[in-house]
Amino acid sequence: MSDRRSCRRSGTSRFGDVNANLKIAVPQIHENGGNGVDRSNGGPPARLTKADLQKRFRWDEFLAEKAITAVAFVSLAAIVLIFVFVFREAAPILAPAKHSTQETVQAPTEEEESYGDEALGEGARKLEQQSASKTSVENSGSEGEATWSNLLSVSWQPVGNQPKYGLWPLIVGSLKVTVIALLVAAPLAILAALFTSSFAPRWSREYIKPAIELLAGFPSVVVGFFALVTLATLMQDLFGYQYRLNVLLGGIAMALAVIPIVYTVAEDALMAVPKFMTEASLALGATRWQTALFVTLPAATPGVFAAVLLGFGRAFGETMIVLMATGNAALFSWSFIEPVRTMSATIGAEMAEVVFGETHYHVLFFIGAVLFVFTFVLNAIAEVFIRQRLLKRFRGAS
Amino acid sequence: MTQNDAKIVTRNLNLHYGDKQALKNISMSIPPNKVTAFIGPSGCGKSTYLRSLNRMNDLIDGVKIEGDVLIDDVNIYEKSVDVVELRKRVGMIFQKSNPFPKSIYDNVAYGPRINGVREKSRLDEIVERSLKRAALWNEVKDDLKKSGLALSGGQQQRLCIARALAVDPEILLMDEPASALDPLATAKIEELIYELKSKYTIVIVTHNMQQAARVSDFTAFFYLGELIELDETRKMFTTPEKKQTEEYITGRFG
Repeated sequence: MSDRRSCRRSGTSRFGDVNANLKIAVPQIHENGGNGVDRSNGGPPARLTKADLQKRFRWDEFLAEKAITAVAFVSLAAIVLIFVFVFREAAPILAPAKHSTQETVQAPTEEEESYGDEALGEGARKLEQQSASKTSVENSGSEGEATWSNLLSVSWQPVGNQPKYGLWPLIVGSLKVTVIALLVAAPLAILAALFTSSFAPRWSREYIKPAIELLAGFPSVVVGFFALVTLATLMQDLFGYQYRLNVLLGGIAMALAVIPIVYTVAEDALMAVPKFMTEASLALGATRWQTALFVTLPAATPGVFAAVLLGFGRAFGETMIVLMATGNAALFSWSFIEPVRTMSATIGAEMAEVVFGETHYHVLFFIGAVLFVFTFVLNAIAEVFIRQRLLKRFRGAS
Repeated sequence: MTQNDAKIVTRNLNLHYGDKQALKNISMSIPPNKVTAFIGPSGCGKSTYLRSLNRMNDLIDGVKIEGDVLIDDVNIYEKSVDVVELRKRVGMIFQKSNPFPKSIYDNVAYGPRINGVREKSRLDEIVERSLKRAALWNEVKDDLKKSGLALSGGQQQRLCIARALAVDPEILLMDEPASALDPLATAKIEELIYELKSKYTIVIVTHNMQQAARVSDFTAFFYLGELIELDETRKMFTTPEKKQTEEYITGRFG
């Protein structure tokens, strides 16, 4: 008690001097009912005047605050604008009524057109089917209607007499590649994260973690090139399948891009598991592996789940790797050793060749919108439903 | 007390964290089925010593340990000793209650499960027995499915004790088990310690002198990494032999 008192006394006297100079009031504890002024510091205490509390305009504070707000809103606006743009361009597909009359009038005309065959890449089948392509590039050619029945059909042949905008091959393609990528990447990345967080000596962790994270910054075109040139041959020799570029190759190449993301986030989540929890397990006679599997990993589940989800988002939207490694044939099949074309690769390959404003163009934007909605819904479900529930469970609220 | 009837015998134990020596030549015997309390100011090495009794210090990088720790005449620092088996015999309760983010049932069943107990009926039996021994059964028996983290601080600590008891240890090491608890919860833990000593050898680190006086049969006073004095608690708190001990106990330093 006497200690505290003396401490307080020295404190007030020190601030008492400051008071005298700057006329700023400092808080003090009054133990005797609040009425007593501590006289022990010698000098008279400063009296609070109205001028002391006069509102001041701090212009630097004001500017800094506004600038930060502005930056935040600019980035927000950018996101909203992208969103608006994508959906506006996709609007004719979503609400085709306005355009249908105009298009049905044009549909019967005989002219055909080509938007550049190179855009089709290795889609050899398609090349055959549009052998009758002509040279007219004007936007008066035949256009297939992007009706729902067309969009939901199972063939994607956007260029030709009767353009077919069936999205199923692309959706299934995206899912196939993503699933393979995650099946390969998630276990590897999570186990690697478990290793560095629970088993590796600290010094090695300091090398392994940055090294894997470096892989995350790898340009995806380089990964794609590696897959196209080296990995494709290797895997064909290994598995002996017919098509050199296919879903499996694309998925594994994609896994290379996904692993570092899943690893980094999962590793952070695992490292964040409090030490006392692992100690509790070890003190009960659990081995390190049992501790990692039954205590560390479950405790980090929300974070690990978020990591996998992030990996899913990356894989689903990734363009360059699939464009280079999957063969790009829009086949509707569930086979994992056939070429495939994903939604993102379709946009990437065809957007540059498409005629501005025509149906194909809008369909590509519609694919973009589908991609967007897909990832958005997935994230929303994960965030609201699963992650909150997991967090709740691990925070102890029952 | 002779060395023969001691549960834990330590001979010339030295422990270094890097360059810093945390334990200096500790030699002592801890009797079975008694409560032995370690007291001393912060940083005196009592927790470090406690953690070297089940080799939890092995987890810290840069620790060097010399000397012998014998439990039932087996040197636990011998190369052939399996740390995992050792820790099953020497349980530990930590300062901060640390239940797993699992249900009460799963918390207690964790130890038996990792030891390969799978039968539901057997697990049920172990869980019930352990919770009863930890004096928690009556409070939680109706919602064993509830998260262990939803319990109060004192209940959590007793859950941790139950979890430790579920693997049938012979020795319980307690590192300031009540320092984060209110007086009522503390009283319950102390009562529990008193009851447990008939079955277990208990070593407890505490900052609370009254607690040491209340619960322990023997008290050891540590200061700056050295064992200053070890004697019956009654004697330590009335007529300590060393001047340092007396000064610490009467609150003149520390």
